[in-house]
Amino acid sequence: MQIYLPIAEMSVSVFLIFGMSAAVGFLSGMFGVGGGFLMTPLLVFLGIPANVAVASGSAQIVATSMSGLLSHWRRKAVDTKLGLVLVAGGLFGTIIGVWLFNLLRRTGSFDLALALSYVVLLGSVGGLMLLESIRATIRSYRNKTPPAATAKPPLFDNMPYKVNFERSQITISAIPIAVLGMLIGIAGAFLGIGGGFLVVPALLYFFRVPTSVVVGTSQLQILLTITIATMLHAITNQSVDIVLAIILIAGSVIGTQFGTRAGQNLKGEHFRLLLAMLIFGVALRFAYVIIAPPVDTFSIGVGTG
Amino acid sequence: MMQRLFFLVALVLFGSSSMARAEGLIVSISSSRVLINSSYVGADLTLFGSIERDGSSISRSGTYDVHLRVVGPAGNVIVREKERVWFIWTNQNRRRFGEMPGYLAVHTSRPLAEITSAPLRERFQLSLMDFVAARQPVGQSEGGPEGKDAVETKRFNEALIRLRQRDNLFQFVERGVVFLSPTLFRANINLPSTSPIGNYEATVTVYSEGAPVATQRTDFEVVKVGFESNVALAASQQSFYYGLATLVIAFLLGWLANFAFRRD
Repeated sequence: MQIYLPIAEMSVSVFLIFGMSAAVGFLSGMFGVGGGFLMTPLLVFLGIPANVAVASGSAQIVATSMSGLLSHWRRKAVDTKLGLVLVAGGLFGTIIGVWLFNLLRRTGSFDLALALSYVVLLGSVGGLMLLESIRATIRSYRNKTPPAATAKPPLFDNMPYKVNFERSQITISAIPIAVLGMLIGIAGAFLGIGGGFLVVPALLYFFRVPTSVVVGTSQLQILLTITIATMLHAITNQSVDIVLAIILIAGSVIGTQFGTRAGQNLKGEHFRLLLAMLIFGVALRFAYVIIAPPVDTFSIGVGTG
Repeated sequence: MMQRLFFLVALVLFGSSSMARAEGLIVSISSSRVLINSSYVGADLTLFGSIERDGSSISRSGTYDVHLRVVGPAGNVIVREKERVWFIWTNQNRRRFGEMPGYLAVHTSRPLAEITSAPLRERFQLSLMDFVAARQPVGQSEGGPEGKDAVETKRFNEALIRLRQRDNLFQFVERGVVFLSPTLFRANINLPSTSPIGNYEATVTVYSEGAPVATQRTDFEVVKVGFESNVALAASQQSFYYGLATLVIAFLLGWLANFAFRRD
């Protein structure tokens, strides 16, 4: 069944888009990531203009994170205080990210900068997580003892403005958390992603936030940030395709429900290993695109850039 | 503008013979408005043409040939070329085409080479290549060394045509014009769903013994109607409320899905 997208100005198969978004929704529910870093490249691959893909994808992330957040909220698996500190930093980051976005658009090197950022960001985060997970898995097979990670003294112990995040059972300075939120904000606005795949590992590894709280908290942070981003897209570039967004939402909210449940049944080390493989896989894909010889060295664009 | 100029040239060149050959041409298209609704997957239009010969015209030994060109709304197009820098493939050279149609289709009744001579084919921009080349003044390029400019331009023109043809937005249909009788012909115009919104112009030219004897134009438009039109209007003119509506829908659907699948 084909449907015409009024803003993208093309017709697409409803079932293809629906199935794709359900699959992405499953993964995003499972790992608490928005799924933007998977959805946007997939939509562009289907021939949907990049600006429409980013803008409509952000509307879809609003719905997915809303749905995911409610599930976590009921289980009291959200650290609201931690989430709000992240969002506060994220607002500054978003402004910087938009400025960077416009700067690179003008110089015409946006596409390459985007692909390189994906490779560096996802590659390093995914790679580090992958190494850590493999080491942990080997360790658990050898001597069956839990990893000694919790015994290490917490990072950023000497910084001021200490806040007690009761739900996460950590007491830590608000500064590194706000800085993390800001970095996520930059990446979010620049790469058109929610940033969940960066928040989740950072909270897990740097701040020792328990796995049970980390996903819900990241959903809260994503929901607030991406709501603002969607509104900015609608006002500044008018590329939010509501028809595309509704299909994406329908597919992904259903996928998310199953994903959230699947994620709860995962053991901590498996959770990290799978997320690491997913992130690293996307990084490899982007690296392949810029390193492999293109099928056609020519490409076509519309506009003046 | 260019086309008009060429048309004038054609009149001057063939004016004398055209007087004697009093062919008329009537062209009709199956629909003057292509309406885009939610199930739009592109459109097929049929163009009919009839060559009218008045009683006084000289009876001709040869048959007629028809060339049809459909030109869609024009806009800026940039063609970029990737090159390997160190180990990364990155866009290096680019060409900007100022007024390039987003849709271009050429249909002929016979291979172009059999219709008329090479100089005329070039002058009237009968092929896709000649049409594109006429819109890319040589020397007005960006990037690329100056000396090899003509060669470079040709490469970019070819790339533009190849990329557009891949998406069916440029089409060359040899024998796409079918004669139903010696003077009645038909052509099928195919618009993919990605064809730009706006006005399209179809130009039909009848050739006889290598010379153009009659030409006629007609146009049609591709427009969004109903829901599709309202959405596009709202997005561009009421963008704040459009964004708000999108967010409300997203919040509601997210909540609804969570509610529907709630197990605990």
